[in-house]
Amino acid sequence: MTYALEINQLHKIYDNGFEALKGISLKVEEGDFFALLGPNGAGKSTTLGVVCSLVNKTKGSVKVFGHDLDIDVSKAKCLMGVVPQEFNFNMFEKVQDVVVQQAGYYGIARDEALRRTEQLLKQLSLWDKRDDASRNLSGGMKRRLMIARALVHRPKLLILDEPTAGVDIELRRSMWEFLTRINEQGTTIILTTHYLEEAENLCRNIAIIDQGDIIQNSPMRELLKTINTETIVLELQKPLAQAPQVQGYRLLLVNDTYIEVILNQGQDINSVFVALSAAGIQVTSMRNKTNRLEELFVNLVTSNKTDLKGVSA
Amino acid sequence: MSSYEIYIAYSTIVRKEIQRFMRIWVQTLLPPSIIMVLYFIIFGNLIGSRIGQMGGFDYMQFIVPGLIMMSVITNSYGNVVSSFYSTKYQGSLDEMLVSPMPNWVILAGYVTGGVARGLAVGTIVTSLSLFFTQLEIYNFGIIVLVVLMTSILFSLGGFVNAVFANSFDDISIVPTFILTPLTYLGGVFYSIDLLPDFWAGMSQLNPILYMVNAFRYGILGVSDIQVGYALLVISVFIIALFSYCMYLLNTGKGIRK
Ligand SMILES: Nc1ncnc2c1ncn2[C@@H]1O[C@H](COP(=O)(O)OP(=O)(O)O)[C@@H](O)[C@H]1O
Ligand SMILES: [Mg+2]
Repeated sequence: MTYALEINQLHKIYDNGFEALKGISLKVEEGDFFALLGPNGAGKSTTLGVVCSLVNKTKGSVKVFGHDLDIDVSKAKCLMGVVPQEFNFNMFEKVQDVVVQQAGYYGIARDEALRRTEQLLKQLSLWDKRDDASRNLSGGMKRRLMIARALVHRPKLLILDEPTAGVDIELRRSMWEFLTRINEQGTTIILTTHYLEEAENLCRNIAIIDQGDIIQNSPMRELLKTINTETIVLELQKPLAQAPQVQGYRLLLVNDTYIEVILNQGQDINSVFVALSAAGIQVTSMRNKTNRLEELFVNLVTSNKTDLKGVSA
Repeated sequence: MSSYEIYIAYSTIVRKEIQRFMRIWVQTLLPPSIIMVLYFIIFGNLIGSRIGQMGGFDYMQFIVPGLIMMSVITNSYGNVVSSFYSTKYQGSLDEMLVSPMPNWVILAGYVTGGVARGLAVGTIVTSLSLFFTQLEIYNFGIIVLVVLMTSILFSLGGFVNAVFANSFDDISIVPTFILTPLTYLGGVFYSIDLLPDFWAGMSQLNPILYMVNAFRYGILGVSDIQVGYALLVISVFIIALFSYCMYLLNTGKGIRK
């Protein structure tokens, strides 16, 4: 089958000798909503940069809907739209002109470009701002302007590099809705993020990249299944001297009024409450210690670091 | 891309470029006009009247073609270097690099923008010169050809400068330290007949001399240089610079990471 994106053994060494990608391979199916997750400096932007021809690769191959960048880059470019991490439009240009010009670069005649621009700016609530200089937009509006610009040639693959960085919660949610909608209408979406919540909410498949290597690549559901423990924090009414014992469960005393309960997969928390009540311990509140995915992510990334240390030692 | 799509992409850049220099006309069209009027008054009228004849013409008539060329050169160069550099600096060059338009279209678009600015200023300066002197037209075809080729050449030069520039300072180094001296020494203000043999010979290495003289020939019908030879020299420079620009774009030097 042809994939929306197929990356094979991609290497990137920057001019200063830094190896940002160490031979990554990745497949994204058509119609997918895919997350490329990783800490800062992992190589996410470098990967996307190579895919959209802004970064010269050192080695390896990239195909977009079967079109190899080395052979048929023009066709590949027509099929994808890019929303970069940094604002990169001309700050003095009017909002409308930014989008219309981009359409022009793809060879879309001006009348049609104006029609599409109006439609997109309306969808992204920017139509009122169409005659403003783009530098006068707020951060969230600038981000949406880049989304409009990326969609004006109706790409089948939309690539977003940290689209919600620095965007407030409300706007982030409306952006998620927008992306979900265009994904449902058939556009394949790849986004990078370091908000795990974002990946968990939106994406069906996920790859985790760290230090230029893909360290995990699986459907989101399977990834979540591999998370076998969950930590719950309980706040107690009265201080305790030591952690209470509950048969079959691990409880840690964090400080005298907080305990952590570590649940294995499939364990329920009811028995903990029953045991605590029986011991006369009152729980006033409870919360998840961290997002589960976050925990997994931290584990994966730290174990990757230790592995590497092992190699170089 | 089909040739129609390529045409649309090209005209998008050209339109953007022309809008840019029209929007900031106070920085782009006004200053060269004021400077040239000052040249006309000071060198042409005040000093020129004492100089008498140069190359068989009034001094004013002699320098006007050179001054027009000087405006065309500095404005074509200046337009491309500042526009392309700021596009690169702001990152909006990426808009073009992610699009399917071929590199030569990007180059052609910016060069056309530079030519448009060079011609616009050239036309303004020519009109202004009519307040100070009469311009005969000896050969209109040569005039158009020389102006066009010169502004193409210097637009290409501005493009190369912008690709290598890493700061806004870098875009004024070449105009200040190379372009202006070459223009002043390129026979704008004097005929190289006045120079000692050695310096007259050295002047032949200055490409601007050929353009100024070819243009002067189109207007006055006199030239220090054979016009055909001048056109050939300009063409060679254009081909060389165009190939170099394409090389820079295709390898992504100074543009892609
Ligand atoms: N132009 C460059 N020259 C040298 N190193 C770079 C360049 N761009 C990025 N890097 C390095 O490559 C690594 C990956 O960067 P990047 O792909 O931007 O990471 P991410 O997007 O995952 O945060 C980082 O260590 C970064 O410092
Ligand atoms: Mg990044």
